[in-house]
Amino acid sequence: MIWETVRLSLISIRRNVLRSFLTLLGIVIGVAAVIAMLTIGSGTTEKVKTDISKLGSNLLVVRSGRPAGPGGPGGLDQVTRPLAAKDVEALVAHLSGARAIAPASQKQVRVIFGTESLTSGVTGTDSAYLDARDWNLVSGRPFSDSETRAGAGVCLIGETVRQQFFGAGDPEGETIRINRTSCRIIGLLEPKGYTGFGQDQDNVVLMPLAAYQRRIAGNRDIDNIYIAADDRTPTTELQPRVEDILRDTRRITPDRDPDFSIRDMTQIADAMASATTTMTGMLGAVAGVSLLVGGIGIMNIMLVSVTERTREIGIRLAIGAHENHILIQFLVEATVLSLLGGIIGILIGLAIAGLASVTLTIPFAPSPAVILLAVGFSALIGMVFGFFPALRGARLDPIDALRHE
Amino acid sequence: MSAPLLITFDKVWKSYGEGEARVHALAGVDLAIRRSEFVAIMGPSGSGKSTAMNIIGCLDTPTAGTYRFMGVDAGRLDRNRRALLRNIYVGFVFQGYNLLPRTTAAENVELPLIYRGVSARERRELAMQALAQVGLVGREHHTPAELSGGQQQRVAIARAIVTKPMLLVADEPTGNLDTARTHEIMELLTRLNAELGLTIVMVTHEADVVGYAERTVRFLDGRVASDTAKAEAA
Repeated sequence: MIWETVRLSLISIRRNVLRSFLTLLGIVIGVAAVIAMLTIGSGTTEKVKTDISKLGSNLLVVRSGRPAGPGGPGGLDQVTRPLAAKDVEALVAHLSGARAIAPASQKQVRVIFGTESLTSGVTGTDSAYLDARDWNLVSGRPFSDSETRAGAGVCLIGETVRQQFFGAGDPEGETIRINRTSCRIIGLLEPKGYTGFGQDQDNVVLMPLAAYQRRIAGNRDIDNIYIAADDRTPTTELQPRVEDILRDTRRITPDRDPDFSIRDMTQIADAMASATTTMTGMLGAVAGVSLLVGGIGIMNIMLVSVTERTREIGIRLAIGAHENHILIQFLVEATVLSLLGGIIGILIGLAIAGLASVTLTIPFAPSPAVILLAVGFSALIGMVFGFFPALRGARLDPIDALRHE
Repeated sequence: MSAPLLITFDKVWKSYGEGEARVHALAGVDLAIRRSEFVAIMGPSGSGKSTAMNIIGCLDTPTAGTYRFMGVDAGRLDRNRRALLRNIYVGFVFQGYNLLPRTTAAENVELPLIYRGVSARERRELAMQALAQVGLVGREHHTPAELSGGQQQRVAIARAIVTKPMLLVADEPTGNLDTARTHEIMELLTRLNAELGLTIVMVTHEADVVGYAERTVRFLDGRVASDTAKAEAA
């Protein structure tokens, strides 16, 4: 009986192709919007997560200056005391649970090779930096301990720098100029791509910290200390230990605010991810409103359909259709209609999301749960908004219905 | 005429409106129709003949009095019970054919069987039989738009008899047809009445159609004005 009714409703939908299509349009657009939004949204969330994990997983970053607060990072009133070599030494000596501890200072500097030039992020650091940031070398070698200590004129370059100066060629052994100093390339960093904020992570030159301080910065300051937790230590556990050690070496009593900040990249990643998830939910909800509008469109057309087919209903009632037969017929028709719209909408939504994932270079992340939900929801919309018109049809008086022109 | 009673009207009233504006479409009608009768109902418009027909076909219920169909007090049944009664025992033929548009003849004929829950294969078989009975073999895949008026009315008759009903209610079945087609349809109805023992109640205002019926009931102002057998009807 139900299958028969579904068949009948498909026939009736086919008989009014244009009207059925226009009815569907509301649902199609609604479902397509929801699916596209949620799929693009979850793709963005994934992208943000991988971007931040590219910065290094389980990473703490120490900076000088008060922790970010209402006044932004570091108040205007505050004279910040930079981080220094002794802070790093203290951490290396006393901090347990860290896999790698690396100081780093950086600056945007013009880098020159031959007649080509490029403004690049030049970072002074040591070989622990690669470990802390989970960064591997494609070729060459990291700084040796003696190069780090002596501040030798050697450097590692990122993929963007290589492409600018050497194309696809091998950069090893070449010498590039940075400001008024020069350094010999000893290795090539593996490409990391862009961050979610559009920053090219491969436009970098790494050199020993001592060399950077002496020849480029002209001071002994350290901008950041990167601390990677080992596998057994969560960053939340590591963070207070780092603070204790630094308070100690920087002689800050517990009653005063520290003059440094420790950022937990994992927490930032989680916060960013949850922010995009919230955003996705909001966009999905807005798109959901259009689904509601689509549902009202269904109700509208079903009412028209019932009125238009009053005579047909009269015939059916006269030859012995039970009220429920008519009710079910129109309910099934509305449900089949909106389900059809839902399926078309899902396909269009996925196509839009697929297109967006290509243009926005985010992963294409269709969620089966969301798709199932969309199917269920569009069927529900058909039933809910089809019910009133269907009931109206079922309650018709057969004599009046037969007289209807 | 010793066949059992199929239909009895016992002081049936049907009224519309309230107070001063109250109109009596039927004003205390007594009528009895036996099985296998072929009865024509005549009368000017407003005489109550259509109302009587609707009550006979269990589409409508009396305001007062008793309407019995096969001994059942059909006037007291709710609409879904009456729908069941119609589905099992009554077939309808209308002046305007009332076929579903853009639906083939066979599908139109199958329609009452769908509401009976008959399987698709059996439905098709019964529909073909019914179409054969009305002389429409080979037209089962035509839609109403592809059939002439006479053929459409034959499809409608096939639809009415496919359930093998006890009663056929025909509302001006030849009202839209020319003389030749009218006689074809009337001959078909007469044959069904004779061969199947089908009880036929037909509302009409055409004198030459009335001649096919065995008995003529004339309505006037909501009452039965005359009830005559065939010989005297002419």
